[in-house]
Amino acid sequence: MNIIAPMRNLLAVLLLCFAAAANAQLSIEITGAGAQRIPIAIVPFAGEGALAQGGASISAIVRADLERSGLLRGIEVPPLAPPPTETSPVNFAEWRARQADALVLGSVAARPDGRFEVRFKLFDTVKSADLSGVAYTLSGAQARATAHRIADFVYEKLTGEKGVFSTRIAYVVKRGNRFELQIADADGAGAETALASFEPIVSPAWSPDGRRLAYVSFQQKKPIVYVQDIAAGKQSVVANFKGSNSAPAWSPDGTKLAVSLSREGGSQIYLINPDGSNVRRLTQSGGIDTEPVFSPDGQTLYFTSDRGGSPQIYRMPASGGEAQRMTFEGSYNVTPRVSPDGRMLAYIRRNNGKFQVATLDLASRQIQVLTDSDKDESPSFAPNGRMILLATISGGRGVLSAVSADGRIKQRLSVAAGDVREPAWGPYTR
Amino acid sequence: MNNRRMNMMRAIWMAALLAGLAACSSNPADEQSPAAVEDRTGKAASGPSTGQVAKVDVTNQALAGVDPAVKTGALAQRSIFYDLDQYDIKDQYKPLVEAHAKYLREHPGRKMLIQGNTDERGSREYNIGLGQRRSDGVKKMLILLGAKEDQVESVSLGEEKPRSEGHDESAWAQNRRSDILYQGEY
Repeated sequence: MNIIAPMRNLLAVLLLCFAAAANAQLSIEITGAGAQRIPIAIVPFAGEGALAQGGASISAIVRADLERSGLLRGIEVPPLAPPPTETSPVNFAEWRARQADALVLGSVAARPDGRFEVRFKLFDTVKSADLSGVAYTLSGAQARATAHRIADFVYEKLTGEKGVFSTRIAYVVKRGNRFELQIADADGAGAETALASFEPIVSPAWSPDGRRLAYVSFQQKKPIVYVQDIAAGKQSVVANFKGSNSAPAWSPDGTKLAVSLSREGGSQIYLINPDGSNVRRLTQSGGIDTEPVFSPDGQTLYFTSDRGGSPQIYRMPASGGEAQRMTFEGSYNVTPRVSPDGRMLAYIRRNNGKFQVATLDLASRQIQVLTDSDKDESPSFAPNGRMILLATISGGRGVLSAVSADGRIKQRLSVAAGDVREPAWGPYTR
Repeated sequence: MNNRRMNMMRAIWMAALLAGLAACSSNPADEQSPAAVEDRTGKAASGPSTGQVAKVDVTNQALAGVDPAVKTGALAQRSIFYDLDQYDIKDQYKPLVEAHAKYLREHPGRKMLIQGNTDERGSREYNIGLGQRRSDGVKKMLILLGAKEDQVESVSLGEEKPRSEGHDESAWAQNRRSDILYQGEY
């Protein structure tokens, strides 16, 4: 696996989806890729035309997913007759000659009950090895979800890291005076609206099980924290105290939320149960304390505070107690997010008037600035920790962008005719 | 108020209906074991697919009536503007705050919402904190001038409701403000 790809290969990945909310479709463009990408041949699955949704075949979705990771590169496959399937004998030398280090073969068969069977196998052509595969039974509507599962399988086998192609993202689209909280697949496809309002919606946060979203909605002319059951479309109030209620963050076990409330004057951090019970104040500062976020072990809260004169990131025990300042460079460091392994913070720092995403290694205290844009907001880690989704401004419009935690891979996600902001990357669904 | 509750009920019924439909259409796929590939029986390929999100629509809320007196004279002045990173009420706005304090004193049953706002720069959540500092300052002055604590609520809209959509200092100056709303206007 040693073919060197150009560092800044510009790949335009066309948007692939056709959901009901088609005008809300996010399209994704890769603007920077890893230095070494694994070349992989994904042969069109025999019979996959029966499952193609509006032209996007299973093999095309798998390839787009893998390429979007920045770690793999799909190679062009000449038409093969007869089309090989996962049961065909593989001539590894021939695939090596085509510069493929890995190979995916598969087939789609219609079942008598109207459902479909998709089977595939992954091969390491360098080692002439069969890396196994999976068979799925699915309805036609599940073709895209199944393609993401296949991409997850291939990605994990080849990189040793769990894939995130089957996860979902939430974000807010502003179009005119209308705000919509939307949920889409991680590739931007299949966007659906969870909440529509003429008042702003900010700070969506996924429950650890991925079934609920906490967010701040201004639908009652002030910030109130709600939790919404995604499948049921049921919105319930978590915190609607006098003053402002904002910045919800779930504890890793899903039993409580950290929020910022001004009910006793000033913005301070509290814990509250998702049903609004058991409110406990955690901070007692004269400053603004907000943007709390739990460490993955649930023991620590990171948050933003201007108690020292400028907004900086602090941490404290999740049960409250003495806070320790974490950021010292610059006069504006906000919006901490903890990586899934707990070793790193992503946050927004202001540098010469530019707001950029940076990471702080919690062990070495080393800082790395990841972006060169100037209005970045709301970083959000993918559940495998590799990519960070963020909101920025491009061409005068709000867009989502993603950068790898090492800063090398970059993507831009934009939506037609609207501002996109407030991204939140959802958890693994199982 | 009743109107709002009815709309809410309607939204909840719609959501429940949609959820029912979604449940019908999302029949999770199962994986089975053919000869050549790994058996993963019991793990479903459901994952993210369309039809699993039910929508809540709050775009059709109505409001009750407002006392016409608060729309005339000095009481029609509702906005206080601030310099960059400032929260104190400049002298030019003190008569405005005094007029509203007088109304609240004379109408102890009436209530008020103060919305603090910031310009667009920086974190949305931190800006909610900054806007709160502005509205808290107005509330504090109203109370000093005789309004009662339970008449006034100070909240923040952060950077979310800019009066000017521009991206320069003149727009930002319009957006660093507190707005006063009376019962029936929110």
